[in-house]
Amino acid sequence: MSAEVFSVFYQFADVFAFLILSAAGLAIVFGMMGVINMAHGEFIMCGAYVTVGLVNLGVPLAIAQALAALTAGLIGVLVEFLVVRRFYKRPLDSLLATWGLSLIVTQSMLLIVGSAVRGIGTPEGSFAIGGYTFSTYRLVLFGCAVAVLAGLYVIFMKTRFGVIARATMQNAAMAKALGARTGRIYAISFGIGTGLAGLCGALYAPTMTLIPTMGATFVVESFVTVVIGGANVLLGTAPAAVFLAMIRMALNASYGQIIGQIGMLVAVILIIRVMPEGLSSVLVRRGR
Amino acid sequence: MISGRKLGMVLLGAMLGTAASMSAAQAAEPPLKVGLLEDVSGDLAFMGMPKLHGSQLAVEEINKSGGILGRQIELIHLDPQGDNARYQEFGRRLLNRDKVDVLIGGITSASREALRPIVDRTTTPYFYTNQYEGGVCDASMISMGAVPEQQFSTLIPWMVEKFGKKVYVIAADYNFGQISAEWNRKIMKDLGGEVVGEEFIPLGVSQFAQTIQNIQKAKPDWLLTINVGAAQDSFFEQAAAANLNLPMGSSIKIMLGFEHKRFKPPALNNMHATANWFEEIDTPEATEFKKRWHAKFPDELYINDMGYNAYNALYMYKTLVEKAKSTKLEDMRKVIAAGDACIDAPEGKVCIDPKSQHTSHRMRLISVGPKHEVKVEKDYGTIQPYWLGEIGCDLTKKNDKDQYTPSHLPKKS
Repeated sequence: MSAEVFSVFYQFADVFAFLILSAAGLAIVFGMMGVINMAHGEFIMCGAYVTVGLVNLGVPLAIAQALAALTAGLIGVLVEFLVVRRFYKRPLDSLLATWGLSLIVTQSMLLIVGSAVRGIGTPEGSFAIGGYTFSTYRLVLFGCAVAVLAGLYVIFMKTRFGVIARATMQNAAMAKALGARTGRIYAISFGIGTGLAGLCGALYAPTMTLIPTMGATFVVESFVTVVIGGANVLLGTAPAAVFLAMIRMALNASYGQIIGQIGMLVAVILIIRVMPEGLSSVLVRRGR
Repeated sequence: MISGRKLGMVLLGAMLGTAASMSAAQAAEPPLKVGLLEDVSGDLAFMGMPKLHGSQLAVEEINKSGGILGRQIELIHLDPQGDNARYQEFGRRLLNRDKVDVLIGGITSASREALRPIVDRTTTPYFYTNQYEGGVCDASMISMGAVPEQQFSTLIPWMVEKFGKKVYVIAADYNFGQISAEWNRKIMKDLGGEVVGEEFIPLGVSQFAQTIQNIQKAKPDWLLTINVGAAQDSFFEQAAAANLNLPMGSSIKIMLGFEHKRFKPPALNNMHATANWFEEIDTPEATEFKKRWHAKFPDELYINDMGYNAYNALYMYKTLVEKAKSTKLEDMRKVIAAGDACIDAPEGKVCIDPKSQHTSHRMRLISVGPKHEVKVEKDYGTIQPYWLGEIGCDLTKKNDKDQYTPSHLPKKS
């Protein structure tokens, strides 16, 4: 019996981690900054490829993953400076620009690195409870997802940067008038967002096949989570992930992956219909 | 009306034939146009790349040795990027605008079924170069890959005998996965085995923690893994990490997806497959072929069976055209109907079956060890693609243009 209970928790944790890790970066870039970043998946791919590349050079996995997230973050700052900066007042054009970027990046990776890269294998081990065996690494992923949420809370709620960043997102002109260097705030926020995307790729790299289009498998889930979460990263994305993870886990377990995926998307449609501003609008209003 | 058209074609073919032999001396004939549709970007690029390479290698070799009927080959490759709508668009473009003499390609069965109605409206021959779930009875299509009677009727009884009667199936959720699972159900039933679970996975899904537990709950003796694409292949890594540790069988792993080269050992340990080609074949003919391939494409990770079949397709086309002395489908089919459509391939001699226009293959059962070494477990010799003929498909008499499955058989007339 305890095996069944643990199994349910494990499956929930697994889907939750996937949703949070793939959506956290987008929650900042799209949820807070309002940039429809179609290249989100490519930042995830970047994190995965850098991780595998470094591990193949002999760098220990955890350090490789941290460096990969950092790389994606720095590239994000660069992309913000060169491309995204020009589109803050034209969100639909930013969709087009980042989509173009995404196409250029996937095709370049295909041409430069090739169509498939050899994986590095999942670390840690496995453990058994009852008749089931579980991969320890999946629990590490869950731990990382919780840590990412905690980290975001600290950065955006407890630091001076966080206060200025939230002020900038709410009213950039006013923040600027009060002396905030909004340009830099935008660049850093975008960098944090893409860095988190890179972290997602870095963490999932050992468990997946690496191909240039691998980001696509994360993109639907991440957009869906952010859209139903709404503008607030902590009060939106996290509850959205909990909610979607429960639906998906229950349906996956009883009816298989197809129904799990359909059920999750149906739930999303219903939520957007009832709460067009996302979960966070309701939760934030309650909180006041 | 039909016979009139046929007669016209025969005459035209004969004229073309004479024209070709006349101008072989003059060597001023326009090249033969070969239309090729293979994904070299998108989710299946890693499989499609060897197909493009195989075609390029064959074209280069044939052109160097004088072409087909003295005519050079011009390869027109378009990349449909794994998108079925693009397959149709590019198929129309090659057939109607470029007026290719032959169309080759397609990776998934979905892309093939998207193309087939378009090909059927023309008189252009179409070569499908993958192993697949079988059953297509269509005069326009020549299938170069292996089919279930060559792959499943060999593999499944062997797996049942070796590992046990309970199987769990993970399959990609489209026609290939669904029909292959149907084949498995039929063969398992005949063997008195039990399918303890079947899970169909949408393409693009990459997370399998729940699937792994569903499998452990069902307690199968072995797994049939017919999951497709890079995302779904993540199953192997995740199952290994969770220490699932079950024997696996498949019709597409190793020789097609070269998972044993893409994943870190021992993720593919204990995988079994029946194949007409895998790069580890070490006969002299195969070794010679591999040497030529790697000389032209030194970075190739693995010569997969699709790439190998794509290579063979051009030699089969050359043989058919030269024996028919014509590039017309009708004339080529007369060569097939006479049972003369054979080539000496790197795997050995392969022939096209007149009734179904599918190819005979020498099948071997291979297994993968903990260090991802590939071992031949059993050599079945040459197996004919007999199933379509047995259930009543006879393209020498009637063009059904249909795809049959164990639950969708031709109507008895």
